[in-house]
Amino acid sequence: MPVNWPTIRKYSFILLGVILMAFAGMSFYSSRHLKEAVVLSPGVTQVKKLSDYFSGIKGTVNDSNIYVLEGKAPGGTILILGGTHPEEPASRLTTWILTENAVVERGRLFIINSANRSATTVTRLGGAYPPDFTIPTPWGEQKFRMGDRWSNPLDQWPDPEVYIHYPSRQELAYVDIRNLNRTWPGRAKGTLTEKTCYAMTQLILKEKVDIVIDLHEAELQYPVISTIVAHQKGEDLAALTSMMISGLEGFNIGMEYSPEALHGLSHREIGDHTQAISLLLEAPEPFLDATRGRTDRTLLLEGKDEFILKAGKHGLLFEKMDENGWPIDVRIGRHCSTLIYILELWSDDNPDKAVIAREIPRYAEVIKKGAGSFLHNPAKADPKQLYYE
Amino acid sequence: MIMTILYYILTAYIALLIVWNLLKSKKWQEEILYIIILMPFLLRLFRLK
Repeated sequence: MPVNWPTIRKYSFILLGVILMAFAGMSFYSSRHLKEAVVLSPGVTQVKKLSDYFSGIKGTVNDSNIYVLEGKAPGGTILILGGTHPEEPASRLTTWILTENAVVERGRLFIINSANRSATTVTRLGGAYPPDFTIPTPWGEQKFRMGDRWSNPLDQWPDPEVYIHYPSRQELAYVDIRNLNRTWPGRAKGTLTEKTCYAMTQLILKEKVDIVIDLHEAELQYPVISTIVAHQKGEDLAALTSMMISGLEGFNIGMEYSPEALHGLSHREIGDHTQAISLLLEAPEPFLDATRGRTDRTLLLEGKDEFILKAGKHGLLFEKMDENGWPIDVRIGRHCSTLIYILELWSDDNPDKAVIAREIPRYAEVIKKGAGSFLHNPAKADPKQLYYE
Repeated sequence: MIMTILYYILTAYIALLIVWNLLKSKKWQEEILYIIILMPFLLRLFRLK
């Protein structure tokens, strides 16, 4: 029987393709299902779910955990959002440190580590992002999902030609229908991302939240960086926080007004549609810059890149960039100290709605000890204190 | 939800067309091309990416 070389060639290519797809598929699957441990601080008094506030989100990937820290004395309520954009890891890691360490003496803190959990299960399509990253700790390494800016298309697909924001009817980029920071205040019968915002809006209304703080990171070529973006209800608080930090903490942070005509963002819609003051914090993340070089874990964690450095020398950046880069500890430290000041200044001005918390590390402490020193070993944790994101 | 199901059906249909063209192809360059472009369709159908 003669050898049919074209057929052998064709099936060899198919076999090679299947092998390649199997490796890629396994990587995508394991990344999507990676379990991220949270060892609860003794200060966490309840763990709720988003579906406790809106049943329409029950059973979905975005039925996220809500960690509640209640003080013995009554006071105000503050909600802190991590993971609105999971590709900005200092956001989630800051809420992780709070969830594992903070203790509230007065008032209540609500913390969500994965505001858009769906977006933590995918990386940017075609972006060659690492699927995960690890933070060194005194007991080993803790692995986290890398995540993306948008909800996973496996959870919400297809996108429309034009995304029309509800309720403003403003036309936004089509892909932003999966962007949790473009779908506030949400819609009960909308997409998964809209439902997620709706659930959080219900939480804010039902729990009478006084302040919502949404944690982010930004590329250095984006003008809204190293700043607090404030709804007009929170201008004084943000301005005072900016001044205090810039004078006392060893780093500078600005303050900007939330544009009234730009819809869907937390700093605009939460303030407009609820009683809460809405603030959004931005820290610098070179990993997100378009002119970056190799997009790997080192860039994500160390924030050093020769091409962005060069862009800085040409005056193309809105934040300084030197050979020290922007390590993850610096970015987390900035968020931690900013949160401390917001809580302190709010409590000073509103004694009846004070939220007083301790065991939140400051900027200098996070840089000195490393963010990993504030993460606890899940292998040695009481199973009752162990949760997964 | 209906739109999502329709898009999965569309994806499956296009994937079948690509496989059909792959099997009919006689050129090795085209075979490689078909295999590469088939991957994202299969990854979506298998709900992996």
